[in-house]
Amino acid sequence: MSAVLEVKNLGISFGGLRAVNEFNLTIEKGALYGLIGPNGAGKTTVFNLLTGVYKPSEGSVLLDGQEMVGKSTIEINKAGIARTFQNIRLFKQMTVLDNVKAGLHNHFKYSTFSGIFHTPAYRKAEKEMDEKAMELLEVFGLDGDAGQLAANLPYGKQRKLEIARAMATEPKLLLLDEPAAGMNPNETKELMETIHFVRDHFEMTILLIEHDMKLVSGICEKLTVLNFGEVLCQGDTSEVLSNPQVITAYLGE
Amino acid sequence: MSFLSYLINGISLGSVYAIIALGYTMVYGIAKMLNFAHGDVIMVGGYAAFTLMMTYSTNPLIAVLGAIVICTVLGITIERVAYRPLRGAASPLAVLITAIGVSYFLQNAVLLIFGSNPKSFQSVVGVPDLKLAGGALMITGETIVTIISCIVIMTVLTLFINKTKPGQAMLAVSEDKGAAQLMGININGTIALTFAIGSGLAAVAGVLLCSAYPSLTPYTGAMPGIKAFVAAVFGGIGSIPGAMVGGILLGVIEILGKAYISSQLADAIVFAVLIVVLLVKPTGLFGKMVQEKV
Amino acid sequence: MTGMKMKNKTLKSNLITYGIVVAAFVVVQILLQTGSLSSLMKGLLIPLCVYVVLAISLNLVVGISGELSLGHAGFMCVGAFASAFFSKCTEASITVGPLRFCLAILTGAVFAGIFGILIGIPVLRLRGDYLAIVTLAFGEIIKNVMNIFYIGVDSNGFHFSTKDQFSLGMEADGKIIINGPQGITGTPKDSTFLIGVILILITLFIVLNLINSRDGRAIMSIRDNRIAAESIGINITKYKLMAFTVSAALAGAAGALYSHNLATLQASKFNFNTSILVLVFVVLGGIGNIRGSVIAAVVLTALPEMLRGLSDYRMLIYAIVLIVMMLFNWAPKALEWRERYFGRFFKKNAKEGE
Repeated sequence: MSAVLEVKNLGISFGGLRAVNEFNLTIEKGALYGLIGPNGAGKTTVFNLLTGVYKPSEGSVLLDGQEMVGKSTIEINKAGIARTFQNIRLFKQMTVLDNVKAGLHNHFKYSTFSGIFHTPAYRKAEKEMDEKAMELLEVFGLDGDAGQLAANLPYGKQRKLEIARAMATEPKLLLLDEPAAGMNPNETKELMETIHFVRDHFEMTILLIEHDMKLVSGICEKLTVLNFGEVLCQGDTSEVLSNPQVITAYLGE
Repeated sequence: MSFLSYLINGISLGSVYAIIALGYTMVYGIAKMLNFAHGDVIMVGGYAAFTLMMTYSTNPLIAVLGAIVICTVLGITIERVAYRPLRGAASPLAVLITAIGVSYFLQNAVLLIFGSNPKSFQSVVGVPDLKLAGGALMITGETIVTIISCIVIMTVLTLFINKTKPGQAMLAVSEDKGAAQLMGININGTIALTFAIGSGLAAVAGVLLCSAYPSLTPYTGAMPGIKAFVAAVFGGIGSIPGAMVGGILLGVIEILGKAYISSQLADAIVFAVLIVVLLVKPTGLFGKMVQEKV
Repeated sequence: MTGMKMKNKTLKSNLITYGIVVAAFVVVQILLQTGSLSSLMKGLLIPLCVYVVLAISLNLVVGISGELSLGHAGFMCVGAFASAFFSKCTEASITVGPLRFCLAILTGAVFAGIFGILIGIPVLRLRGDYLAIVTLAFGEIIKNVMNIFYIGVDSNGFHFSTKDQFSLGMEADGKIIINGPQGITGTPKDSTFLIGVILILITLFIVLNLINSRDGRAIMSIRDNRIAAESIGINITKYKLMAFTVSAALAGAAGALYSHNLATLQASKFNFNTSILVLVFVVLGGIGNIRGSVIAAVVLTALPEMLRGLSDYRMLIYAIVLIVMMLFNWAPKALEWRERYFGRFFKKNAKEGE
């Protein structure tokens, strides 16, 4: 198996504060990997570094052997990293279908001229986009809501739509930032199944940040624990979760 | 010598802009709205002082106080009737357009009452002109009073905000409305107070402006209003020292531009400088950069 | 609902918008034939078309791209002057009026579009109120700079000055085209109501189709959430600039319609108040609601004329109507009240307006 993501010695400082230090991570293709740690440990900062929102002070991020550090968020997405956000960021005044079609932006192209004059190129691409988007929405059980405004979706469905939109960019690596935050146990269970399905169906490599230990132990094969910006422990889920250091970091002394 | 006198005129005009800009900036900082009617409150202040002096032949000082009272009441009323109902509206543009409506309203109400003929405003300043360097450099009484007023207002306002309870409440509301409310601060009251102070200052600015440029029409406030708005953004909108510095710089650039480059292009120069400043420092000279958290 | 059905719904909504414009045109034609239109209203027909085009184009920036622009009159100014200049220069060589006018409109649109790009590149890095103030500044600069242009033509070619008409140094046969603050006089009066309505339809066609295309989705996604749009690989600058430029070009076309309806074209007309006036149409008609812009522009342009009977009070009443309409349409309390008493009626309307 080959590594999809290889992060070496990644670090960033904000002012004098060392937010992430010597972060290393290797994720194999098709893995479901968890990034956990107490609040403020720097998990989301790692996501922001991987996606180019922040420029790392040092280190390298290789996606399929290709260097990502120095690229813009847009280029990194085109290269194959897609993400969701801790606080949901949907295109709220657009329909559910259009949210996903926006995700398809770089995969179906036609000129502005075609768009305005509805040339055959426009019709063909739009039709394909509709089909592709509906397919994705079906996977997430959102096909019935395609015509709704994203803002009108219930919370659980908004989270799913965000994943669907990220998947529409056809990534090699999917980053999920607390996908189960604010969900009730039933919704969480359903979400776990969806994440599993996405991995199996699309052979997707997934890295997720999560607080819900049940979800983490339920679906992640491997974990990295982050504490005060540094890797505390890394390895198979069961081993990591029984590590006394991890328990201390989570539950306090 | 002429450069020096242009410079002083610029500082004087800039001081008026600064006083107006203070009103803009305070309201923006606290209510997060651009009050486009602010310039027209200046004009109302001018007319109020004018009427008190001409019709009732009041003492100029009392006329100024009267104008301040009238504008303060006007400011509070506008906020209560036209702006407060729109707090929490779906788009911030709603209150902006309403402010434009208020601006039209004030202009046309004054037009109906006083007509469109310019009124020649009698200066309220009793200070004699200052002749320096054997008469080569003359500083008018209006200039002296304007600059001093600006300094006094700045100082008092800074003390008020930093040392008094209502001032602290204003800071708190501008920082975080929700948290301020939880701390038991009366949001509506604080915003009303801000409008009251801003409008009172507008009256002072109106009187000073008309003393220096004595022709008063219903549209007198519009251009200085826009300029002061530019000054506020120039200095970093929401920042009180920013409004001060921005206002004075703007006044100086405008007068020097008029004198040395082209009187027709003076406004264009002012706006061009603004654009350059914003492109280099996108939040103005003293503005805080707020990074959106991802 | 599937994509197909949604598409039909948008198509229907768009057709209604076109239909309203065509119906309004037919009604006006009938009124003109029967002579029941006052001369004042007749004089208002072309300005109405100008403002409708302006409102639609500004809505592309404000409603669809989500940026506040306070300098729309500046682009209109560029279009007005470029097109009038074109017409004055080609009056002798192109004798077919409508053809010349079409080219003039195109000239106005292209020049305004170029200005849109030139201004947009630096400006669109700024956000929110800062962007608003810089657009305001550019609008004022364009107006001020146009005010000092003197251009004349004689047998030796073009002469240019920023001082006065005598500095042009022209031969005796020379004629002045742009005369500083006096602007351009004697532009051929090529604007007609019919051309105005056609321009509205073209504007609608461009804007509505742009919105419903891949580019439009990209533009709206940036409006709704810039960070998320970036995360799915959408080029922020490119699409903001696209919206800004198309909008500027359409404003330029409106400027051409405007300038070919006037005996004298002066730069001072394109001031901040004009930009604001158009913004009022957009906000009152519903931000992002194109049909609303059309209706608001017509109603609010015609309103002061309809209030003419009230003579001196008309602008005061206009101001009051504006404030009251804003409160009624936007205040949370008013919306609640509407919901309670007229819930069904307004909801239906609001949905259709989308």
